[in-house]
Amino acid sequence: MAHPHATGDATAAVAHEHHFPEKAGQYVRIGIILVVLTALEVGAYEVAHRAHGTALGAVWFIPTILALSALKFALVALYYMHLKWDGRLLKGVFSFSLFVAAIVILALMALMFYHYAFSATLPKVT
Amino acid sequence: MTLAHAEAHALHPETSTGIDNRKLAIWTFIGSECLFFASLISTYLVYKGKSLVGPFPRDIFEIPLVTFGTALLLFSSLFVVLSLNAAEQGNRKKTILWLALTITCGLFFIGMQVYEFSHFVHKGLTMQGNLFGASFYTLTGFHGTHVTIGVIWLFTVFIEVLRGKVPPAKALNLEIAALYWHFVDVVWIVIFPVVYLMN
Repeated sequence: MAHPHATGDATAAVAHEHHFPEKAGQYVRIGIILVVLTALEVGAYEVAHRAHGTALGAVWFIPTILALSALKFALVALYYMHLKWDGRLLKGVFSFSLFVAAIVILALMALMFYHYAFSATLPKVT
Repeated sequence: MTLAHAEAHALHPETSTGIDNRKLAIWTFIGSECLFFASLISTYLVYKGKSLVGPFPRDIFEIPLVTFGTALLLFSSLFVVLSLNAAEQGNRKKTILWLALTITCGLFFIGMQVYEFSHFVHKGLTMQGNLFGASFYTLTGFHGTHVTIGVIWLFTVFIEVLRGKVPPAKALNLEIAALYWHFVDVVWIVIFPVVYLMN
């Protein structure tokens, strides 16, 4: 069993060795930006919805909403998940996964678009 | 090597990658989860607008309620990262406070989703009713399950913090749970516009 004082020394040694920086202010600023971006998303939805009856009626709506969403995604991944400060291996693991995920989405949508566009005998579904 | 340094070394053993294996493991898991949710999101998009009978998204979605839920998840992400920061600084009181707020936000989000689902079922949207219902409940239901698992995980870490078992040297225990929680948040960051706003 470890001596309690030795454990305390070990804790201090590790904490000192890693030197965790104080980032609370930066996290709060990112939080405010995330809230503002969400407000912009909902605002864009309301503007497009009122102007066209449906939000998708506005040409600018989907690019705007996807850009805002991607920005929020990047801020959380880089700052809250610490990818900005992590090594290349972790960045690579996540980036590769996102790349494959994007391929999965695009491939499935392309396949189904082809299916719905050119298949004359679609199954009757509700 | 002193006993203190030996224990410090035992807490953070050297690895061939230079990264703690647990951290690499959670990032690999998160990577696999990206593919899981990508398949669910693409399924939702493929079936979007293909339902022949209602209720349809525009008939039932309540954007203000979901916006509130989105804000809860965003705030919870801020709170958990503040909790981690406090744990790394050795500030136990702040760690407990921010972690408690994170768990509270998570519980409110789950409550919001339970209310939303019961409201939708009351309006006639079921899993077997139409394609929209099946894909919507599958996607958001799996996300809600992940939120629930995250809340349980954070609660176990919360108990450990209360018992004084998460000193700065062991802040990685909280960081791993926090990474999972942030992932749950980023998935919702995608679901919110794709499912609710682009209806």
